[in-house]
Amino acid sequence: MIWLLALTIWITVTAGIYLALSRDVFRCVFGLGILGSAAILVLFASGRLGSVQPAVIPLGETVLRDAANPLSQALALTAIVIGFALICFSVVVALRLIQRADTDDTLALRMSEPIPTDPIKPPYNGAEHEPAQPAATPAASATKLEGVA
Amino acid sequence: MTWLAATPVLVPMVTMVATALAYKNPRLQAAISLLGALAFLVCALALVAVAHQDQAAQTVFGDWGAPYGIEFAIDRLSAAMVLMAAFMGTVCLIFMLSDADTGSRHPMVLPLLHGVLCGAGGAFATADLFNLYVWFEVMLVAAMGLFALGGRVDQLDATFKYYVLNIFGTLFFLIAVAMVYAATGHLNYTAVAQAIPYLSTGMMTLLAVGLLLSFLIKSAAFPVFAWLPASYHTLPAPVLALFAAVLTKVGVYAVLRTLGDIFVGAPDFIYVVLGWIAVGSMVFGVIGAAYHWDMRRILAFHSVSQIGYILLAVALASQAGHAAALFYILHHSIVKANLFLIAAIIWRLSGDYDLRRIGGLYKTQPLLAVLFFIMAMSLVGIPPFTGFWAKVMVVQETIAQGQIAWTFFALLVGMLTLYSMAKIWMEAFWKPHPNPAWRPPKVTQLGPAWIASLGLAVLMLVISLYPQPLIEYAQAAAKTLGAP
Repeated sequence: MIWLLALTIWITVTAGIYLALSRDVFRCVFGLGILGSAAILVLFASGRLGSVQPAVIPLGETVLRDAANPLSQALALTAIVIGFALICFSVVVALRLIQRADTDDTLALRMSEPIPTDPIKPPYNGAEHEPAQPAATPAASATKLEGVA
Repeated sequence: MTWLAATPVLVPMVTMVATALAYKNPRLQAAISLLGALAFLVCALALVAVAHQDQAAQTVFGDWGAPYGIEFAIDRLSAAMVLMAAFMGTVCLIFMLSDADTGSRHPMVLPLLHGVLCGAGGAFATADLFNLYVWFEVMLVAAMGLFALGGRVDQLDATFKYYVLNIFGTLFFLIAVAMVYAATGHLNYTAVAQAIPYLSTGMMTLLAVGLLLSFLIKSAAFPVFAWLPASYHTLPAPVLALFAAVLTKVGVYAVLRTLGDIFVGAPDFIYVVLGWIAVGSMVFGVIGAAYHWDMRRILAFHSVSQIGYILLAVALASQAGHAAALFYILHHSIVKANLFLIAAIIWRLSGDYDLRRIGGLYKTQPLLAVLFFIMAMSLVGIPPFTGFWAKVMVVQETIAQGQIAWTFFALLVGMLTLYSMAKIWMEAFWKPHPNPAWRPPKVTQLGPAWIASLGLAVLMLVISLYPQPLIEYAQAAAKTLGAP
């Protein structure tokens, strides 16, 4: 049983990392979601597999015996809830990012990088830019870089 | 004092909900949030006072026995970190009242800010590995919200990068927690620490490395720091200062807690590797900063470099090293947050964060120049400022342990830091403004920004001139750390 679960986790991690390394924003986000599922499976396995008895002390006894570990299940449940919230949020962010940036190629997503026309910066690959910060005063935005650098 | 241990979570959480409910009324919201931050500060002071009398505030939720329930235990180290978070939160909220932060403010900024404080408070207070994961996630979600709120395309891009690289660390942490539970049957720090000596060396190494790797991602250490300089500069200035002060410190605190408290007898090579990772962070952070012209990027890269110093102190694995790490964390939070705040004031007065397009501030704003100068000198480590004491504590211990290579790099990086600070000084203050027609803005509302920045500077100067109480506190904290 544990080997079957190990194999499942192995496949899940592989799929997750493969997708997360993709240049496509959505694939990347989904890959991380799948990786999260793998982490939850590891968490589940940490409480030992095997027993299917519920964690209830039978009437007349005082010790819990041969029951499945409820703690790892509680941990897995918590992690699922948190992971679900994160996946939802990250999908929304990814969607918004794709809409705003008009691309889902992570190599083209360089909007938070230095301005591409800068002579000492990494080569420009065609990504469109908004100014990284709205100008404080109209006069300041008129000050251009030419003749300074 | 059981209820007191829960305040680092309760107070910011209540404030978060209250500010979220008051989103329609910005004035009420600001008042609630400031009040909440002050209450948090008072609770944090009480926690420090209690912890300093060796009666760590402690509580186990749901009345379960100590190693089984979720425990909150706040010793000197945790109390100092909580106080730091509360203080920085308050300062950044005061700074927010000024106009050194453009544009309309989204009504969810303040609730999310308290969400970050709540996550940080929980991470500092908890004594349970899985609970630590939960607080990391709370912080991650709140931080992502703050990144994305502005909605500009560069902010969304930064959110995406921040999310992808951080969630990787979090998932790694989750797997490591599962392995710790599988190997020891415990999640409580104390219980895990008691079980660790009975494990084989290989298993102990596996667990320690798993935990450390995820914490190093969180604390932006070399070579996994890429998320920090890629995202920080898109934040609004006060939020940026808070993140610089608190966010990476949670990762460093977790490293310190893991190595100093839980894995006390970890194999030596872990410390050696951590030491070289620290050296890598110091060197590459400072070199990255030298390349940039944007003040926020320069300072963000310096965060990586300064994190290196703290990790180096942790890697020394001695009481003096742990004390140095705590002192360095507190020093760096104050100084780096204030440098970001000063950068925001510079931006408000001169109109740009890019050093090539601004200048001439020394003539119009001599006080700002002095303020920047003392904070920058403190970051570099010039006596008598706090940075000097922090670096003395680290370097003294590296020399005492005969780690000459680490000493050399620590001193070299100090010099390279001076280069970056001199660059900001020369470009923003010393040289004339590149546009001769430039005039500083006539109407600004910088009063609260000055109060926040000057307050941090005064605190820094007080610690600089009377470092002994804080050093003694740090040494006492290091003594309780790792003690059974």
